[in-house]
Amino acid sequence: MIRLEARVQHSTVWGYSSPLLAVLLTLLTGYILFAALGQSPSEALYTFFIAPIADWYGISELLVKTIPILLCAYGLALCFRASVWNIGAEGQLLMGGVAASAVATLFVHSDSIWAMPLTLLAGIAGGIGWAALAAFMKLRLNTNEILVTIMMNYIALNILLWAVHGPLKDPDGFNFPESALFGDSTLLPVLFADTRLHLGLVFCAIAMALSWLFISKSFLGFQTQVLGQDPSAAKMAGFNQTKLVTLVLLVCGALAGLAGAGEVAGPIGQLVPQISPGYGYAAIIVAFLGRLHPVGITLAGLLMGLIYMGGEMAQIELGLPNAITGIFQGLMLFFLLSCDVLIRYRVRFKRFDKSNSADNTSSSLAPQAQE
Amino acid sequence: MDIELITNILYATIRTGTPLLLVALGEIICEKSGVLNLGQEGMMLLGAVAGFIAMYHSDSFLIGFGAAALTGVLISLAFAFIALHLNASQVAAGLALTILATGLSAFIGADYEGKTVTALPALTIDGLAAIPVIGKALFAQDAIVYLSWVLVILAYLFFKHHRAGLAVRAVGENPSVASNLGLPVMSIRYLAVMFGGALAGIAGAYLSLAYTPLWTENMTAGRGWIALALVVFASWRVERVMLGAYLFGFASIMHLVAQGLGLSVDGNLLAMMPYLATLAVLFILSRDPQKQRLFEPMSLAKPWHKGH
Repeated sequence: MIRLEARVQHSTVWGYSSPLLAVLLTLLTGYILFAALGQSPSEALYTFFIAPIADWYGISELLVKTIPILLCAYGLALCFRASVWNIGAEGQLLMGGVAASAVATLFVHSDSIWAMPLTLLAGIAGGIGWAALAAFMKLRLNTNEILVTIMMNYIALNILLWAVHGPLKDPDGFNFPESALFGDSTLLPVLFADTRLHLGLVFCAIAMALSWLFISKSFLGFQTQVLGQDPSAAKMAGFNQTKLVTLVLLVCGALAGLAGAGEVAGPIGQLVPQISPGYGYAAIIVAFLGRLHPVGITLAGLLMGLIYMGGEMAQIELGLPNAITGIFQGLMLFFLLSCDVLIRYRVRFKRFDKSNSADNTSSSLAPQAQE
Repeated sequence: MDIELITNILYATIRTGTPLLLVALGEIICEKSGVLNLGQEGMMLLGAVAGFIAMYHSDSFLIGFGAAALTGVLISLAFAFIALHLNASQVAAGLALTILATGLSAFIGADYEGKTVTALPALTIDGLAAIPVIGKALFAQDAIVYLSWVLVILAYLFFKHHRAGLAVRAVGENPSVASNLGLPVMSIRYLAVMFGGALAGIAGAYLSLAYTPLWTENMTAGRGWIALALVVFASWRVERVMLGAYLFGFASIMHLVAQGLGLSVDGNLLAMMPYLATLAVLFILSRDPQKQRLFEPMSLAKPWHKGH
């Protein structure tokens, strides 16, 4: 008989172990899933998780995929720490991509040294603008940020579609819904020859360092944390809630916007309808899996990048639908939330005792907490 | 605008609003019991694909919608388990449900992408359907539209006049008190979540079997999220959710209206309308937080366990 018993103090060990357990359970489920699909599970898992990064080029591609996820996730982690449920990184990323493209297409035939920086700045501004709208609606109009940011994701996608079908469409593009190819002066420099690994990696490293400093060393970061955990205590201490919520949303918007700009001016090199396969949503899972900590997020982000690559690899090599990526993402979050129960509760295995079995069976079958 | 166009707009408004009405109705009952399930979008998608596949192979609407409802119930149980039993944050668990179900639906439906089935036929009531302007909208719809009306009436009576409805509300307001009164809080919440899952599944299948009888990835296009906003709009009252769903149905078919007025607006900008309308509605309603809180179930989204 298994029952859950509330812990007096949250378990630190399980705080670290539960993401690992969640990943293991996801792999195990993947193993069963592949077997059910008639694949050799170990071969399929190899194709999914090892083959994509078997060589240096694969590793560089993994980093390319991980960059936008991480940029979004660092920002989301700040929001979630402040208990601001920003689901809008996807829309902020898309708007960053659109704004960056609007500027980049001005520089198609120019070799100005300002082309690339201005493109990136436009992307950041686009993300900030989109996040600022969400902040305004949350703080001034008092609307629920979950619904607002999700609606704004759909609106951003439609703005992107409108842009590639309309104002930003390449006039010489044979009527394809895509912008002109960006000029070389706009594109982010590649860090290593023969790869697509671009300057975005440096931005990612800076973002990680800064968000770590913000969370663990700054007073503002401390205030954010207090606000997230106990809003009334934050109010008592006189922290400016409006300022803090705006700050985390804008930082998230800036990072997501940069991620969008980095995609269009990096590996893609133009604006197309599919600039993101849901990086902004994946970043939500990454933020949770990484325990809202920059280092944890970095590891979780690499895993998420690998899942994206594995999905593509499974499609090519095994003929499985690419959507398997989404299943792995969902399973991971599901298992993480389930495993997190171990942080707050202790699992007790009770021996089936004849004397009190009659009144014990009904209550101990259900893992209910008795506090 | 001529009469025929107005007739068609009314007809299309109701058809477009029906899936929203079904999901929102399910979510209201779920939220009345104190559980916030943000997984509606994912459950709709799974319902859409399960209903489509079942219909594709069986050619029976009963099996199609039945499979969709059952799928909605089963996946909602996964949510209920982590949100109610394992005490995870309901917001996070709902997001997890949507992410998982969206992935699952795309995976299961990959082989059916773009395929079509026969659409759910209209059950026209001769005579009444001939009434000018409103006849077609009210009496020439399909069985699911009529079912949605029956469900609204039943839900209204359930909450207003039935002991069980009172029990659901009590559990949503104060589970500890409800539990002390001898109400099985957990079971009631499980049932409410499952009911929401069944309706979300049917709503999804309405899209893939009646509204546009085909399956494409992500075909719900955010309707599950809009339905969540509708619940706020209706301030947790079933009669108002009906009004809201049809208002949104109307907003979604603005292209028909624009056409009738001779306007030519870019399709992608028109496609934003339902989302913009949702935002607008959220602003208007949220201006008075006090009033809002008056109707919101007190324990909504708060984890609860016996013995607290």
